[in-house]
Amino acid sequence: MRRTGSAVGWPVRWTERLQPGWRRALAVSALVLAGSATVAGAASQNGIVRPGHEPARPSVALGRELYDANCASCHGIGGEGVGRPRPGAGDLAGAGPSLEGVGAMAADFYLRTGFMPLANIHAEPSAQRVLFTPKEVRALTELVASLGPGPGVPHPEGRAGNLAEGFRLFTEDCAGCHQSLARGGFVTGARVPPLQGVPATEIAEAVRIGPYLMPRFSARQISAAQLDSIVRYVLWTNHPNNAGGWSIGNLGPIPEGLVAWLAAVVLAVTCLAVSRRLRA
Amino acid sequence: MKLRQWLIALSALAYARRRRRREQPGPQPDGSHHRARLSRSPGDGRLVPPVPADRRAEHLVAVLLVVAALFAAGFVVVYAELEPSTLTNQLLGVCIAGSLACVAAALAVLARRLVVTEELEEDYPEPDPQAQDEVAELVREGAGGITRRRLLVGAAATAGGALGLAGLTPLLSLGPLWDTTPLQATPWHRGRRLVDTGGAPLRAADIEEETFYAAFAEGAEPDEIASLLVLVRMSPSALRLPPGRADWAPEGILAYSRICTHAGCAIELYRKPRFPALEPKPALVCPCHYSTFDPATGATVIFGPAGRPLPQLPLLIDASGYLAAAGNFSERVGPGWWGVREEPS
Amino acid sequence: MSDRIQDPVRFIDERTGAAPALRKALRYLFPDHWSFLLGEIALYAFLVLVLTGTYLALFFEPSVGKTVYHGPYAPLDGTQMSEAYRSVVEISLTYKAGLLIRQTHHWAADVFIAAIVIHLMRVFFTGAYRRPRELTWLIGLALLFTSLLEGYLGYSLVDDLLSGIGLAIGYGVLLSVPIIGGPLGVLLFGSAFPGKGVLESRMYIAHVFLIPALLAMLIGAHLALVAARHHTQFRRDRRHTDRRLVGIPLFPAQAPRSLALLFAVMAVLFLLGGLVQINPIWQWGPFEPWLATNGAQPDWYLGWLIGALRLMPSFDVVVGHYTLIPNPFWGGVAFPLFVLGVLATFPWLERLLTRDVRAHNVLDRPREAPTRTAFGVAFLSWIFLIFAFGASDRLYVLFGVSYETLLDVFRFAIWVVPAVLFVLVRLLCRELGHTDRIERERDCAEREAGQAGAAAGAPGRVESRA
Repeated sequence: MRRTGSAVGWPVRWTERLQPGWRRALAVSALVLAGSATVAGAASQNGIVRPGHEPARPSVALGRELYDANCASCHGIGGEGVGRPRPGAGDLAGAGPSLEGVGAMAADFYLRTGFMPLANIHAEPSAQRVLFTPKEVRALTELVASLGPGPGVPHPEGRAGNLAEGFRLFTEDCAGCHQSLARGGFVTGARVPPLQGVPATEIAEAVRIGPYLMPRFSARQISAAQLDSIVRYVLWTNHPNNAGGWSIGNLGPIPEGLVAWLAAVVLAVTCLAVSRRLRA
Repeated sequence: MKLRQWLIALSALAYARRRRRREQPGPQPDGSHHRARLSRSPGDGRLVPPVPADRRAEHLVAVLLVVAALFAAGFVVVYAELEPSTLTNQLLGVCIAGSLACVAAALAVLARRLVVTEELEEDYPEPDPQAQDEVAELVREGAGGITRRRLLVGAAATAGGALGLAGLTPLLSLGPLWDTTPLQATPWHRGRRLVDTGGAPLRAADIEEETFYAAFAEGAEPDEIASLLVLVRMSPSALRLPPGRADWAPEGILAYSRICTHAGCAIELYRKPRFPALEPKPALVCPCHYSTFDPATGATVIFGPAGRPLPQLPLLIDASGYLAAAGNFSERVGPGWWGVREEPS
Repeated sequence: MSDRIQDPVRFIDERTGAAPALRKALRYLFPDHWSFLLGEIALYAFLVLVLTGTYLALFFEPSVGKTVYHGPYAPLDGTQMSEAYRSVVEISLTYKAGLLIRQTHHWAADVFIAAIVIHLMRVFFTGAYRRPRELTWLIGLALLFTSLLEGYLGYSLVDDLLSGIGLAIGYGVLLSVPIIGGPLGVLLFGSAFPGKGVLESRMYIAHVFLIPALLAMLIGAHLALVAARHHTQFRRDRRHTDRRLVGIPLFPAQAPRSLALLFAVMAVLFLLGGLVQINPIWQWGPFEPWLATNGAQPDWYLGWLIGALRLMPSFDVVVGHYTLIPNPFWGGVAFPLFVLGVLATFPWLERLLTRDVRAHNVLDRPREAPTRTAFGVAFLSWIFLIFAFGASDRLYVLFGVSYETLLDVFRFAIWVVPAVLFVLVRLLCRELGHTDRIERERDCAEREAGQAGAAAGAPGRVESRA
């Protein structure tokens, strides 16, 4: 699983797929716009509170300590949720859904992606650098699983899936938000993340959970076999068949138009080169 | 005497300074342009000034052309030897582009070093008022035999118009000239079941909250856009449907036309809040121009350019638990046109 | 040597009478400035389009009949699709030079229209559309808008998901024409969207035959008119006047230059076709009317329309039960027609406002016509900002500025920015023009002072090789 260290989170992970030239241009623009994002993101980096002495193995007890220090202000002491924002730890106003019955799957997903803990309850959860250690994540997952019976962590078989069926299902159910090649997109009210670099387990978890504004697809709607196919397709989008050469982002006509204009400008310069006079 | 000599000298000087190579002499005194002969250089009588030999340039051009030939040969070799693949495509492109670029370079060298670039002058073509007058007079006199001009012009216009229309008439077979019934077509009637993408009928119990489904009319053509639905289930207490639709959503299952009422794209986005207290309410969104529809209130437009809500299909759950239509849509489906707000049949 | 050239010339002239015309044509004068070659980029791109398009037409199957794909591309294996789509997937992935030629064709289309726009800007900002060249200007506009349609039809023939969504929007825009839109859509599509497949054969014959023939005729007329009135020229020195053209003859100087540009255009287009992927339709999948994808965009030259469609606030103009003006009309029909109208009537509008009715063969430098330049920049920026908004969902994904915020900002900016630019550019042109005038007067004075003291100089010489 590849994670970046920047506070700008998942867009930077997406840019690792780009060519260096595009990446540089993006970095410059991102610098201009990322000021407040950096400040906001920085808050989450500092937000983890750990017990002074951690046991070597994960346990529900460790999970309980971590939960009380980092999650209870939004999710409630017993995981019952906080309906309306109320002052919690520090000057953060906390509010969050109930965790009773969400199971190990939800905790595993939100913690491994860095969606949680969320610094600003009004912000869209997005992939951040994970500050909990894997042991702490296990501990918290066990704790949340103990809050009520719920789904466990899924184990999709990407290789068992059928690529053509996965493409068809992805186009029908997912491409509207995530774009046909899982390059991400926009739905009113939220940015939809690209799925390159997302491991199979997280893909399956997201489908079953429906995090944030994403629909929740249960096994009745998308069977385990169909989920395997979808996972296989999403993993395939890490290296799609770019038979035509440099894919310029797999985004379609926008980068194509930019390249066409670049070519037109190059040809205009060629006019300069073949003719004699530059100035009118 | 001295003054005259000075005058001659000055005028000769002025004439000499003003003289340039002229391509086309101006119009003859009588206004006509006779066989324009190309002007020649006064010294050696040449049409085109000579250019000193530039062997290096000539060799360069030759080399470039040979390289172009090699690239072109490379194209043929790659085509013959390699199977279709990304690499093959790239090599073919580089070979042919390399060949063309070398030819371009050879021509550029030729243009700069092997041919003379003369700067010549000539007059812009002037309008020829005499010719214009003569044409007008020709037409006027030639057509002078026609005395009943308005009658004939009117008759000609009628004939031309009728002939033109007759010529265009076979195009009517392209399609109905004024037929809006396909725009009002609907496969839905009371009792027609809903099926999924695979053709299997949908049970009400299979429709869950917090997700969305594609549904079609059972037995309809897959291309019939009025058959295409998007299905969601919401808690019945959350619904605020327009008056008269109280029983259109059994158990809170809502069916809306999948075709956006703005420009006709498929509604393939659904957002649902994981934590309703802080997150936006459920909405169906179109990916083309982001028209956003609120399913709880009859798919009214809450963002974006669509001008009217998505048509809703009333549902019923039949005795076996399958979903079926309880009637036709609330409005005509698809993008707006003149009669789209008329009562659907 | 002269016999080897003389004999064929005699042969041709005895049978065609072409020698006098050739004599004139070979010495046709081109103005000596690189910007006059910009239109040729478009011309040569058109040539590439015709050549590559002919190849593609030999392999393309213009039918929407259903078939099932079984081929090397795994994500489509066993998928039902139209014959048209399958044939393009095969051209792309199965035939050896197929993808190269298909991509070159598509790049050529994008570059063709970009070159037309650059050429149009040169013509506009130098005032070359003025009398006696208004007809040439109108034909040029007809070429531009016909090319937009031709490109749209071309990529819609493939019946992939992306272009199918574009066709649905085209259908929606067609329906939005007041009163007649509904029946017009049914007439063109053969039925309600997607229309039973007749659309495919109509688009095919239009794209492959009717419109290219029209484009070829328009290009011929355009070039003939340019040659008949001769090119315009910049005023580089006193010799360049409205009556006297100074330039470089077609033969032997200009021809190799134009030919070099021809080969350069072809080289660039084939290089792009080989190295940079464009329109990878196998990745989108076949079109079905119940499917869509996020971020669906038309080719760049229709981006101004999607921007306009997205910017419009939500309203239909309704009269009783009847929908007089559905929403897409404003962005999809009124906006492009307005732009076309402004551009087409501009020569006469300018004549009306400046009262300048005489013929012009000498061009203005942009700074010499401050109001025209300012108007052009403002008008272009208006169109460009609308066009830029069309990509704002991608801008949101890239840079994090919310779409809703961008919508509000752009709705404001598309009016304010052009107004500001108009004022600023006009000021700038006037300043530059003022500086120029002072310099010119100083040069004039210096020259006169020099001439008064000069001895008899050498007579004027023909300039040879630069």
